[in-house]
Amino acid sequence: MGRDAANGRGALMDLLAIPRLLLEFVLYLFEVMPDLLPIILALATPIALGALCGVLNERSGVVNIGIEGIMLMAAFFGYLTGFALNESLGSFPAILMGLAVAVATGALLGLLHAWLSVSVRADQIIAGTMMNIAALGVTGYLNRLIITPSGRGGAGVVPPFHLPDQLAELPLVGPILSMFLNQGPIAMSVIVLVLVSQFVLFRTRWGLRTRAVGEHPKAADTVGINVFRQRYMNVIIGCAIAGLAGAYLTLESTGAFQNGMTNGRGFIALAAVIFGRWTPIGSFLGALLFGTATAFGFIVVVHPAEGELGTLMKSIPTYWYAALPYLMTVVILAGVVGRSTPPAADGIPYAKEGRA
Amino acid sequence: MTENLPVLEMRGITKRFATGTLANDAIDLDLRAREIHALLGENGAGKSTLMNILYGLLTPDAGEILIDGKPVAIRDPADAIARGIGMVHQHFMLVPVLTVAENVVLGQEITRGGQLLDMRAAERRIRELADRLGFSIDPHARVDQLSLGQQQRVEILKAIYRGARILVLDEPTAVLTPQETREIFGVLRRLREEGTSIIFISHKLDEVLEIADRITVIRRGKVVGTRTPAETNENELAELMVGRAVSLRVDRGKSHPVDVVLEVVGLRATDDRRHDVLQGVDLTVRAGEIVGVAGVGGNGQDELVECIVGLRKPTGGTLKLEGRDITRLSIDARRDLGIAYVPADRQRFGLVLPFSLPDNFVLTRYAERPYAGGLGGFVRQHSAIRGEATRLATEFDVRASSLDAAAATLSGGNQQKVVVAREFRHDLKTLILDQPTRGLDVGSVEFIHKQVIERRDAGVAVLLVSAELDEVLDLSDRILVMYRGRVVGSFAAAEAQREKVGLLMATGEARS
Amino acid sequence: MKDWRARLGPTWAVAQVPVYSIVLAFAIAAVVIIVSSAFTRTGFDPLLPFAAYARLLAGSFGSGNAIANTLVAAAPLMFGGLAVGLGLKAGLFNIGVAGQFLVGAFAAAATGASLATAPTIVAMPLAMLAGAAGGAVYGFIPGYLKARTGAHEVVTTIMLNSAAGLLLTWAVNDLVRAPGFSFPRTADIGQSALPFVGRNLHLGIVFAVAAIFLTRWLLDRTTLGFEIRTVGANPSAARYAGMRPVFITALTMTISGLLAGLAGAIQILGVTGFYAPGITATVGFDSIAVALLGRSDPIGILFAAILFGAFRAGAPLMQIETSVPIEVIDIIQALVILFLAADLIVRRVFRVRAPKVEITEMATVTGSWGGTPPTGAAR
Repeated sequence: MGRDAANGRGALMDLLAIPRLLLEFVLYLFEVMPDLLPIILALATPIALGALCGVLNERSGVVNIGIEGIMLMAAFFGYLTGFALNESLGSFPAILMGLAVAVATGALLGLLHAWLSVSVRADQIIAGTMMNIAALGVTGYLNRLIITPSGRGGAGVVPPFHLPDQLAELPLVGPILSMFLNQGPIAMSVIVLVLVSQFVLFRTRWGLRTRAVGEHPKAADTVGINVFRQRYMNVIIGCAIAGLAGAYLTLESTGAFQNGMTNGRGFIALAAVIFGRWTPIGSFLGALLFGTATAFGFIVVVHPAEGELGTLMKSIPTYWYAALPYLMTVVILAGVVGRSTPPAADGIPYAKEGRA
Repeated sequence: MTENLPVLEMRGITKRFATGTLANDAIDLDLRAREIHALLGENGAGKSTLMNILYGLLTPDAGEILIDGKPVAIRDPADAIARGIGMVHQHFMLVPVLTVAENVVLGQEITRGGQLLDMRAAERRIRELADRLGFSIDPHARVDQLSLGQQQRVEILKAIYRGARILVLDEPTAVLTPQETREIFGVLRRLREEGTSIIFISHKLDEVLEIADRITVIRRGKVVGTRTPAETNENELAELMVGRAVSLRVDRGKSHPVDVVLEVVGLRATDDRRHDVLQGVDLTVRAGEIVGVAGVGGNGQDELVECIVGLRKPTGGTLKLEGRDITRLSIDARRDLGIAYVPADRQRFGLVLPFSLPDNFVLTRYAERPYAGGLGGFVRQHSAIRGEATRLATEFDVRASSLDAAAATLSGGNQQKVVVAREFRHDLKTLILDQPTRGLDVGSVEFIHKQVIERRDAGVAVLLVSAELDEVLDLSDRILVMYRGRVVGSFAAAEAQREKVGLLMATGEARS
Repeated sequence: MKDWRARLGPTWAVAQVPVYSIVLAFAIAAVVIIVSSAFTRTGFDPLLPFAAYARLLAGSFGSGNAIANTLVAAAPLMFGGLAVGLGLKAGLFNIGVAGQFLVGAFAAAATGASLATAPTIVAMPLAMLAGAAGGAVYGFIPGYLKARTGAHEVVTTIMLNSAAGLLLTWAVNDLVRAPGFSFPRTADIGQSALPFVGRNLHLGIVFAVAAIFLTRWLLDRTTLGFEIRTVGANPSAARYAGMRPVFITALTMTISGLLAGLAGAIQILGVTGFYAPGITATVGFDSIAVALLGRSDPIGILFAAILFGAFRAGAPLMQIETSVPIEVIDIIQALVILFLAADLIVRRVFRVRAPKVEITEMATVTGSWGGTPPTGAAR
């Protein structure tokens, strides 16, 4: 009898705990915001760039699940270039060359994917899978063959910009400025690329034709638009941007290469594309969302919460925090995918019919 | 009026397709300035082929095209557009998610500095053009939010925007309501005033008589006559369109209908685009009779059939089989009650192309004895399946390289025979056939017709839907005509005259 | 005499593109090896590929031990290839074999460890069952999501792969960590291990081959197999035939996961004896190559698995003796897939005529990218 009464009271206490913990959590988020925001953009950058690649490709009608592989290859060859030229040219020029090579690698692989998808009309999902496997193979092979035995490191990283302290310490505005401007050049270029892509896609002739080709290639064909050329160009440019994402990983973020270092970012990028309804700005927001999920795992360790919230958060194992972005992707896909429609001709190779 | 020189001449146009069909047989057509010239004919008569040649989507085997008296070679649509030919296709070539303005200017966009879209200028131009043609349209609207009539006007704007002097409209009123039809006719008359010459493809007699300055009738790939509305009438046109004599290619014999088997009451349904396509259909079929549904494709026949079989959920009405309400029953359950279906799209619903013949023959009964037995019906009995396949293949004369060949390697006729063989079981009660002989060679057609009559004589209730008027007239004991989602006419075979039925099909109304 | 050639004819017609793909892949890989040798310490060596391939052959078939290694490597690939191949038959691309493998491996390891002292005849099957169940559950998740929401399995399974790695690491660290070892791992499986023949050939190969034939029986001779194949080949016709594409999709992914889980189970019960974070799951991508090479057919998968098992078994010897990195196998694998996907290339090079009717097994896989649940309805 007594125990039941005690349990009853206990249950009431638990019920009140939930809104209280929620409030504490929100306050905690505000508290860590200055530390959290810069990390978010840094983590979101490769995803955002990969997502931009996905948006451009799919808007023109080509599915590209090989973004992961393209990022990895670009990351490696950019690193390799810096590694090879470091001694002869010096650190900074070597890094710049590396950046150029990474973007070029992306574009070349884009050409391959475009050829397979548009001209050969091979299955686009197999083509993308092949790219991923090839990337692991080629980068692992060359890494083991050339880089590891040498014992040397790479050319280093691009020196990041530093926001003057007075700006960084401004309330509210400071952390946001810090997030965008206290970064390396590639991370800072993300927002520019996103805005430019949004503009081009929706306000220029090029973008209109791209969208037409991705939705109804036959209609575009009948008004004289070259469907193949439009798709080729979009895939190549998109994959060059994915190459930039790869460059970020080895030349701006870490300065080292590890086998498989892309770690699924190329696929999270695809989820960001779907989440963002195939728009550059939308997918950027999606990337920020995933970046936040990943950043969360770090912040919890670096800047833990206090009190009851802290104990609760510390009781969740770090591996669960690490798995958060991946699980979140699955949940979001399941919830969102049915409601957001891809370009109508996405993944469907175009064949001119009935021409005599 | 000064003498009208032909703006367009098509001489001796001949086109044979890879399948062997002679779509156009030495067709001559001329179009004068400021003229609305109608091309009249049934489904498959060759009208669309001729216009696809004009628009550069197909190349003719023989013949030439002259514009303003000069011979031209039209290689592709861009070429055609450059020469002032515009086409409004039956299935619109509009990008659904883009706006009216974006669709109209696509490919010839108005820009500032080469890339930056100047949509304001585009919108202004569109409003201007629409004004001249006597209608208004919102350039900001997304095309998939527009009615079909409005979409069609967008297509016309597209053509005029590109400077079309010759405008071809392929079955423009097929998807319009009577009100929208009146409106589009107003637009066409304005266009004519403005100097455009128009070719108007249709199978609808009354409309053609109302709008055209001249009418050319095409039947089976040949021109059978050119008239002005003043010198002809609906009866003559119907006769020209469908031909005079009724040739009974198969001796149907007498039917002895018994009890009502299939009953459709007030059936309503929507199509894939959520438009109302069945507006209350009533029909009955008795055991031992063939009821034929005549009608031009797109008047709701496919959807009617899908509802009866169970592939589509009706939005209203009832379906009864031998008195029992089957409206909510699954496809499988209806099949168990003896319904068989020969679908119009045989490659989608009738066959699994990569599978062998035996697998296709038992597709609908794969889980029943004797085709599945062991472990409670889990294990397939291949000898039984094969035996049945061999039997059916022989009985229905299915020609294939081997029994294990993939269905995809069979000719159209043989593919259809597989479907027919499967569905024509001995215990079936109701047979639903949709375009059963479309695209088949003469031999296969005869064979299937014979089989259908045999089933009828065995007491099966047969519902036959076909766009081939001949087929309906040959086989049916009773004929219904469908028009715009309703049954508009019902005759016994003896009373059915070709011209009368043709008129109903084309106009929805009977005239004497 | 002519009889066997006639009977082999149709088999060769199907097998020639895969065979030629392998030949061409090796040829191109040889070029890669030659070119990249210029960057190594040992310098440019145009004969390197021959030496490398010779060592590869030696390491995979050159001795009884080598053959045993090949079969040991082939066994999980058979399960994995079946997993991917079965999925493909139903129009699904299960790239989640890697994750399902890990979950199955962990389940088998944990169960095996807890039954370490029980008699093998009881412990081993139970551990295998646990592996199968773990994989099945992990395959069910993306399968159900695809069936209900249309979420494409390509992205969900890859995400679940990563999640599996992380969560299982946590599980080993915090839940079932065996004391007394310098690195986190499960306890020894003891008597739950698979019986052995000779030094290192475990009985997993028997289970794998049994699975091959069982799957072939399932696909060819059961109603369920017929339903799976029909849903993959033509969802509309499947609907007309009274099948339920949604149910079949979820079920197929579950069975696929089950097979992948068994791959993990035999790896634990036959090779390692325990689960530790970071056990390599090259099986994941290898299975895709095996399934595509075998054209999703169980017997084809059998041979393809042995081939890739040979590669994996022989590669370490090749790397040790000629310094050609084992990742060349990944490159060959990618090239094989490339040539299978764009078989135009192989046809041009080897002058193979295209079949009269192209039947793509992947049509439904890519077709469902936009998130249409697999009901086959255009509605």
